[in-house]
Amino acid sequence: GPTFTVETSVPFVGHRCEPPSREVETTAKELMGFFRDMSLMRRMEIAADALYKAKLIRGFCHLYDGQEAVAVGMEAAITRKDAIITAYRDHCIFLSRGGNLVETFAELMGRRAGCSNGKGGSMHFYKKEGGFFGGHGIVGAQVPLGCGLAFAQKYLREETVTFAMYGDGAANQGQLFEALNISALWDLPAILICENNHYGMGTAEWRAAKSPAYYKRGDYVPGLKVDGMDAFAVKQACKFAKEHALKNGPIILEMDTYRYHGHSMSDPGSTYRTRDEISNVRQERDPIERVRKLILLHDLASVAELKDIEKEIRKEVDNAIAEAKESPLPDPSELFTDIFVKGCGTEVYGVERKENKILI
Amino acid sequence: KEMTVREALNSALDEEMSADPKVFLMGEEVGEYQGAYKITKGLLEKYGPERVLDTPITEAGFTGIGVGAAYYGLRPVVEFMTFNFSMQAIDHIINSAAKMNYMSAGNISVPIVFRGPNGAAAGVSSQHSQCYGAWYAHVPGLKVLSPYSSEDARGLLKAAIRDPDPVVFLENEILYGQSFPISDEVLDSSFCLPIGKAKIEREGKDVTITAFSKMVGYALQAAEVLSKEGISAEVINLRSLRPLDRAAINASVRKTTRLVTVEEGFPQHGIGAEICASVVEESFEYLDAPVERIAGADVPMPYAANLERLAVPQVDNIVNAVKRACFRSVPVAAAA
Repeated sequence: GPTFTVETSVPFVGHRCEPPSREVETTAKELMGFFRDMSLMRRMEIAADALYKAKLIRGFCHLYDGQEAVAVGMEAAITRKDAIITAYRDHCIFLSRGGNLVETFAELMGRRAGCSNGKGGSMHFYKKEGGFFGGHGIVGAQVPLGCGLAFAQKYLREETVTFAMYGDGAANQGQLFEALNISALWDLPAILICENNHYGMGTAEWRAAKSPAYYKRGDYVPGLKVDGMDAFAVKQACKFAKEHALKNGPIILEMDTYRYHGHSMSDPGSTYRTRDEISNVRQERDPIERVRKLILLHDLASVAELKDIEKEIRKEVDNAIAEAKESPLPDPSELFTDIFVKGCGTEVYGVERKENKILI
Repeated sequence: KEMTVREALNSALDEEMSADPKVFLMGEEVGEYQGAYKITKGLLEKYGPERVLDTPITEAGFTGIGVGAAYYGLRPVVEFMTFNFSMQAIDHIINSAAKMNYMSAGNISVPIVFRGPNGAAAGVSSQHSQCYGAWYAHVPGLKVLSPYSSEDARGLLKAAIRDPDPVVFLENEILYGQSFPISDEVLDSSFCLPIGKAKIEREGKDVTITAFSKMVGYALQAAEVLSKEGISAEVINLRSLRPLDRAAINASVRKTTRLVTVEEGFPQHGIGAEICASVVEESFEYLDAPVERIAGADVPMPYAANLERLAVPQVDNIVNAVKRACFRSVPVAAAA
């Protein structure tokens, strides 16, 4: 279809770089795609919340609702040959990289059909063939790992880049600065995406960071502050960052975003912030509502048609959950698979060593 | 023909880099300085700065980058100037590398080698003198190798680099300059040793001594002393700490009926403790004497030469332990 331009919600703010234009090219297809993809993510996370409360999901579960524009905007600017790595809030990134709902729900419920065969759970989704490298549970560790992916891309002369995502909590980790220094020394095509949702667990950014201007925290590394609730701003910034990284090495994008849920399922998300703050963001900055307005403004669909899409999505999610529930738990023999790629013909033991010994 | 362990490691790196363009080296001083211990000597000149990368002194950062590159399919060899510094990066070795293939159900494998000198050095006090064998051998998903001779060094390092899983490769600074006889077969570029298999370095019938790295040499010296006193000791060079060759150890103990374990590391929860447990589990009824453990003293490493000597196993300690296990020692009280 024909292209037209939309303006980003607010201007970009640059650090050691000239920010890109606020005018972003798009198409009807892309706008409708953003609406559909973000609505699907939103619905999926809401459903995960319910499954958790029904005790079908165990352990940790970190939901992404509110932050969807970062996932879809980033995906719109890059290809599957570019790599993405993130922390434990990973369900929606998996989806954006080509993962499906059944794999997602099955993994959340620890079932055989899960993307990690039920061995990883909520925090450990991967899809290497879609350029998605997880899914990491240790705060900050994914940033050096992402710079390593970028190292490999440069080593192999692929002209592709890596997006290493982290939150404002991880932004203060020492290893992030170690990896950024090396990436800058070696001109690695690494793009650090700081998803600033303003709280590291329950600690407000200003209580954890002497300087919460994360896009400037790379000092000698350029940065850009982006409205992370605006998929078009995210897309524009990621396109800009990819071009920059291939020519000049690393860059930091600070995505100003917000999570509606608490940090994880044990956090109601209301002790360290006010309900007013949350509802204000929902009313003023919600990424899906922003796109809905644009669709209506450009007359690409009617209110009713958008409602129908949402209904369809709801059904799609419900069907996926039903299918995932059909998937059995992993076979007990799976306990001993995938420890190594290449076994050595030696024993590995179960809990009762005498009774449960397997050669791998 | 003879070769030093240093030359063996250097030639293994050289041959594997030559064979596979995805193999690269990174670490502190591996390039222009030619390696803090000269293990990487000449490789920068031969392979260039894209494949031999000097890093800043930031282990968490560069180890994470190495592991990430392995996720993508490269085959990094990450050098720690010594394994003491790997503590700065242990999260990446254990959480990012060892567990990834399992957590991802095989979607992301991690073909990486972490190598460098390990164990007691000389005169450097507590923070630079420690064996990490038991630490890393504790972790599922890692393969942990520790060479003794030049043959081990060549064969095991080549195996480690070719292996698709993360390997921790524990060398010993004091062995680097030591020469060993070496055969044409071992010198061939196709030479490789199996991971997970121990080597009987010396056959014997009265007692089994297990050791790895530098302690294999001590165990062999002890066996020589003991043979003059009529005790025939079998010396097992473990080579691989994980997987541990329990079959070889138990077969030997069933033959000799006695066991002395030797290691430089701390005794508690050590390699010797694991071997002892394995023998008690699998060969209890074959034992004719309590198992003896010779290990580093249960103290941080002291600096003073006399204290340091007391903190690490000596040949005499192994001889004494074997004699006790063979009921041939004179009890201390009687000697006094």
